[in-house]
Amino acid sequence: MTTNKQVTKQCVILSGKGGTGKTSLSASLANISSQTLPSVFIDADVDAANLALVTGAKHQETHTFSSSKLAKIDPALCDPCGICFDVCRFDAIRIPSNNEDPYQVNALLCDGCAACVYACPQSAIQMETQEDGKWFHSITSFGHLFHAELFPGGENSGKLVTEIKQHAKNFADNNNVSMILIDGPPGIGCPVISASTGTDLALLVAEPGVSGVHDLERIIQTLEHFNIPILIAINKADLYPQGTQTIRELAESRGYEVCGEIPFESKIPQAMMQAQSITEFAPDSPASHEIRRIWEKVQSQLFGHLGDVE
Amino acid sequence: MKPIKIAVASGKGGTGKTMVATSLAASIQSQTPVQFLDCDVEAPNAHLFLKPEIYQTDAAVIRVPVIDHHACTACGICVQGCEFNALAKLKGKIIVFPQLCHGCGSCTRLCPEGAIHEEPREIGTLSIGVTDTGMKYFGGKLTISEPMPTPIIRQLKHKVEYEADSLSILDSPPGASCPVVATVHDADFVLLVTEPTPFGLHDLKQMLGVLSQTGSPGGVIINRDGIGDDRIEDYLKGTPYSILMRIPFQRNIAVGLAQGELLTDWLPEYKHQFQELFRIIMQVIKGEMISL
Repeated sequence: MTTNKQVTKQCVILSGKGGTGKTSLSASLANISSQTLPSVFIDADVDAANLALVTGAKHQETHTFSSSKLAKIDPALCDPCGICFDVCRFDAIRIPSNNEDPYQVNALLCDGCAACVYACPQSAIQMETQEDGKWFHSITSFGHLFHAELFPGGENSGKLVTEIKQHAKNFADNNNVSMILIDGPPGIGCPVISASTGTDLALLVAEPGVSGVHDLERIIQTLEHFNIPILIAINKADLYPQGTQTIRELAESRGYEVCGEIPFESKIPQAMMQAQSITEFAPDSPASHEIRRIWEKVQSQLFGHLGDVE
Repeated sequence: MKPIKIAVASGKGGTGKTMVATSLAASIQSQTPVQFLDCDVEAPNAHLFLKPEIYQTDAAVIRVPVIDHHACTACGICVQGCEFNALAKLKGKIIVFPQLCHGCGSCTRLCPEGAIHEEPREIGTLSIGVTDTGMKYFGGKLTISEPMPTPIIRQLKHKVEYEADSLSILDSPPGASCPVVATVHDADFVLLVTEPTPFGLHDLKQMLGVLSQTGSPGGVIINRDGIGDDRIEDYLKGTPYSILMRIPFQRNIAVGLAQGELLTDWLPEYKHQFQELFRIIMQVIKGEMISL
């Protein structure tokens, strides 16, 4: 590359287990990064989106997200022969209590495969596109945030993640943005894979204890499968020192660096109650110091020495 | 009496679903035998606390299409019929993308040449075990790099025999989307575990939105009580849901859980509280109590 245009780097924050502190750490890193380099933020936990709550987000644009389809049976055309029930592999067709009544679709369980549509001899079933949620482009205290709300019980969270990432990327490309920071979802499945795809680094937030270690191993294996570089941060590290030691040993045995150990601090939930990141709320707290150390490691991993440029 | 299913969900991750589900199960096992289902197949943790002896493990599968290229005329009807882009026609040949396939079977049924058959593709495992107190354990696990947890949850629930009088406790995944719906949709009662913070409330509202669609009764447990404020109870005043239990934030609880201890073994005084919680839930399920 000979152009001066900077390539936007992407860092995703993940954990496997939920509730380990992904969003609190994301908000703090967003706070710190906003003082050093132009960044854009994404909340990719679209079924439990919380980053907007601690970054003072103001919606600039609101868009609907329509992706999934649901089968709908026209009761006037339904025979009712029950073939739809036989072909549905998602338990989504309700048998009428009275033999003469039409069959019905359980919208919560319908996978949108259209098998019943093809099978219905009366052509009584059609697919209807659903609105699954909304996505937003917001301004926060730290910069631009792309986030979304999947409607309760919604489908296609992975597609929604991919969609907001694409909008954030377009924005980043047009605005000379250095970094996209992604607050990821819990788990290892579809939305996690969507959030991780194309990223340059995954920062894992691990919690000491049997559950934290078990889920850390699963997210590490997932990221290794997709060849994404890993850094590990330990949260609530002083709560159970033996567990923290187990994570250090796990990290070392897999060849990863533990880039910071954040102590448990009652100021962290207090900051959340004030809708702030801990680095704003208590910049001199031990947790904030450790988070700045994590940021240095993230920055040097992503940008090498360029990261030193203020 | 008909089989009973109690699901434990939360919206937000890490609020203590597994702690509540395992504690509830362990507290009542001696009076009412429990079948425990770990439906958080992406990050399953209940076995770390219940420590079941696993005696059977089966594959969780999706039935994916296999094309007989001798019979296939590459007409493309299967490609048009697939809602998930799991089939494509490339250079006059039909190819399958197994990871995109939801296993609905449409392509197999639509193929005019009978050139498609289905083969099981493993996407996870279903384990059955028993704990030292005789509790039956069913646990699903998504294979690394596989995207779809929901079929595993569905298959796990099909593994269980719901006999009359049986009691099943389901530990749900976090979030409020399809895997959660697959877990809670047929529950007789949904316990929602939250924490008294802005994140806890926001995600609790998502789960109440799910319950308004499934129509299941439910109640709320506030975990880490004391770290936040009264926003959960203030919000619930305008809803049919109430707070059934509070578990205070205590460093000692976190330390016990970190070591894989059941809360009710670590702090046995909680056993009685969970038995009392179960009594109230059963009253609601039996209709003896309309509103909490």
